[in-house]
Amino acid sequence: MTVPVVILLDGVLYAVVLFLVAAGLTLVYGVMRILNIAHGSLYALGAYAGTFLVVAYLRTGGPAPLMYPALLAGALLAGAITGPLVERLLLRPIYAREEVVQLLVTYSLFLILEDVMKLIWGVNPFYVAGPYALLGTVSIAGVRYAWYQLLLILVALGTGILVSLAIRGTRLGRMMIAVTTDREISAALGINVGRVCTLAFTAGAVLAALGGALVGPLIAVAPGISVEAIVLAFAVVVIGGLGSLEGAALGALIVGITRAAAVQLFPEVELATVYLIMVAVLLFRPRGLFGELEVRRI
Amino acid sequence: MATILETRALTKSFGGVLAVGDVSVAVGEGEVVGIVGSNGAGKTTFVNLVTGYLKPDRGRILYAGQDITAHPPRQVTRLGIARSFQIPQIYTSLTVLENVLIALAARQGEGLRPWGPLFTRAREAEGLRVLEPFGLAEHASRPVSELPEGGVKLLDVALAGALLPRVLLLDEPTSGVSSKEKFVVMDTLVRILAERGVTAIFVEHDMEVVTQYAGRILVFHEGSVIADGAPQVVLADPEVRRAVIG
Amino acid sequence: MRPGPVLSLLAVAAFGVAPLLLPSWVMFLLTLALAKSVVVLAIALLLRGGLVSFGHGMFFAAGAYTVGLGMKWFGLQEALVLAALGVLVSAGVAALLGLFIARYRGIFFAMLNMAISMVIYALLLKLYWVTGGTDGLGIRTPTILGITPDRLNLRLVMYYFTLALTAPAFYVVDRFWHSPLGFMLRAVRDNEVRVEYMGSSVGRVIYASYILSGALGGLSGILTGFSVGHIVPELAYWTTSGEFVFAAILGGAARIPGPLVGSISFEFLKSYAYKYAAYTWQMTLGVAMLLIILFMPTGLWTISELLTRQVRPWPPSSKPAR
Repeated sequence: MTVPVVILLDGVLYAVVLFLVAAGLTLVYGVMRILNIAHGSLYALGAYAGTFLVVAYLRTGGPAPLMYPALLAGALLAGAITGPLVERLLLRPIYAREEVVQLLVTYSLFLILEDVMKLIWGVNPFYVAGPYALLGTVSIAGVRYAWYQLLLILVALGTGILVSLAIRGTRLGRMMIAVTTDREISAALGINVGRVCTLAFTAGAVLAALGGALVGPLIAVAPGISVEAIVLAFAVVVIGGLGSLEGAALGALIVGITRAAAVQLFPEVELATVYLIMVAVLLFRPRGLFGELEVRRI
Repeated sequence: MATILETRALTKSFGGVLAVGDVSVAVGEGEVVGIVGSNGAGKTTFVNLVTGYLKPDRGRILYAGQDITAHPPRQVTRLGIARSFQIPQIYTSLTVLENVLIALAARQGEGLRPWGPLFTRAREAEGLRVLEPFGLAEHASRPVSELPEGGVKLLDVALAGALLPRVLLLDEPTSGVSSKEKFVVMDTLVRILAERGVTAIFVEHDMEVVTQYAGRILVFHEGSVIADGAPQVVLADPEVRRAVIG
Repeated sequence: MRPGPVLSLLAVAAFGVAPLLLPSWVMFLLTLALAKSVVVLAIALLLRGGLVSFGHGMFFAAGAYTVGLGMKWFGLQEALVLAALGVLVSAGVAALLGLFIARYRGIFFAMLNMAISMVIYALLLKLYWVTGGTDGLGIRTPTILGITPDRLNLRLVMYYFTLALTAPAFYVVDRFWHSPLGFMLRAVRDNEVRVEYMGSSVGRVIYASYILSGALGGLSGILTGFSVGHIVPELAYWTTSGEFVFAAILGGAARIPGPLVGSISFEFLKSYAYKYAAYTWQMTLGVAMLLIILFMPTGLWTISELLTRQVRPWPPSSKPAR
């Protein structure tokens, strides 16, 4: 009985973090039609910034529970600072260039951000277990889980719902949908496309950073975590469909549960299964589960 | 005169809009047919259907008796039908001559050959011969990006011609070409086509060009052919004038 | 600008006498740079068709592991045999994958290549009883034409062996680029519709080019494996593929010497950067690539051309908005 429960819980835990990162990626692609290879670096940035702020805050000796806002603040700062900078300086000038060029520019950004993080935080891994340890553990189906992990699931789910509501319910969100559907017509209707893009990219950056910050206390925050994050985010976005938030959610769930199942049942093929699913989707349903955007195929 | 190209009840809709409705025409080999009509009348859609770029909802297309309705552009071209485009489709990063040589190599069935140069004496010579009637031979080594708009249009037509087709479909071949050049080029083009027995079908907005060179006109209006006959007769019809001009 | 036979021969001659002039550590870097220049060439080839692959590490690894496994499991020793086998295997992989990959473009092409290479990475990692897993495989000194090179001259011999296989690879690609298929590939990038309307199959053009590209990737892995003497699953990781793409952009993909210049620049840049600025070498690469993309899209190779005459911008710097 434990194995299915473990697969489910581990899978969902994995999935919610993936969802946050993938949601940001797919949002940016939908609005700007740019697939950002550096998106994984934003996730790492969030992990570094979040855990760093927690450590810094704990040194001040304030009440322990406030380390959670510190964690979130780190993510917010990371996303809110890098987002507009990157979008205006790097992405806007290359909007009209070929996809190949855009990919290469975001790849350059990935390289740059990797080192920026090394310069700021060094190469030694951070283990910031405070937020994780404070809440204690609970036993579910005979397996020990941390309350923090369950809290993480809630927070991520909540964020997802919030983002979804914001996009549908606010004027800004509807403008994003408009730009996603047709950039030219949106501009003709008077929408400030530039501002919408900056906002979308920043939102995406914050989401990725949030994913990183939330998972920070659970992992060793070290150089290189962005590398696997981006490939998994790609896999989720491909499976779910480029530009679709629901797709990111469902895709994240599929990837999360698949990986958790593989780890428990077929450890040899653990990594390969996720990428295989991605390949399969690209072959048989390139637009993904919910994707509407046209896939160029002749 | 044998029928070389024929459509039967050709129909195509986009969403709820009828672009081409129940068009049945037969073109004889060697004819020079002009297609006129106001914007959105279905002329380019017709060309797209005949050349396989679009699949018709209903109807058939026959070429030299063979049913080519479902054939993709690649196959249609191989069978001997070539076309030029309203918005010229050329290889923008290459030179004028390179564009033509690629067409020649494709025609010669060597498009997939990974060895041996594209530039052979024979091919270069033929390429320049292809470009000559369009006044492009002197620009052969120039990158396409340096050509004026009219030159790009003419190159597009030249590329279609380089394939030595039996049927040539031209979508607004003289639009963007200066009035001075228009007639010179059309003169040469029509003469060469006549020499080779090539059937020409061209969509045109310039009525002077149409009356001068077309032996027969098809008038498209809201997806149907409302008139079919000699230019002088057809264009004198008040209904036609209303549909095309008014 | 086509180097022309004279210039090419001069270049080969220059590489030939290099060991007499340069210190041995430079020669080792040069050997690696030459070996890797072939996969960079493979990337440049696809770039000509408007396609970027972030997964060529899989061909690189395919070639390298064929050699490694050929030595370990089949006791093969002869370098030329192993090389031929490796090229065949990687071409075969490309032929198989190309059947469906050749239908994609743009980011989907890039991602599909990336995803498949990650599958291969995962397999190389996890099937450790075959591939050695994270430890990788050692590549012993092969025999060349039946003769085992002696220890003292090994590096020198491997240099000339690499040169002997790299030069023909560049020659083959140069002929390819001037052939009808080579031009068709550029045509595909410019205007797929026109290609189809010339009676040619865009899919076939890309498929054929992809196989050649895969074979070259494999050859590169083989040569690198021989020189380094040890191969690991990371060869198939997407960041390795990224480095190949980077070197291609650095040197420029529009002219034949580009990948060579790019690969050599990259190896030396990386080596120095690692040594003197371990925390900033990636950033240096990133900034360099950005500068090149934004200001010198034709790559480093054309600096001399830029100084003397106008160079056609490549890739075309603006595209109609989607």
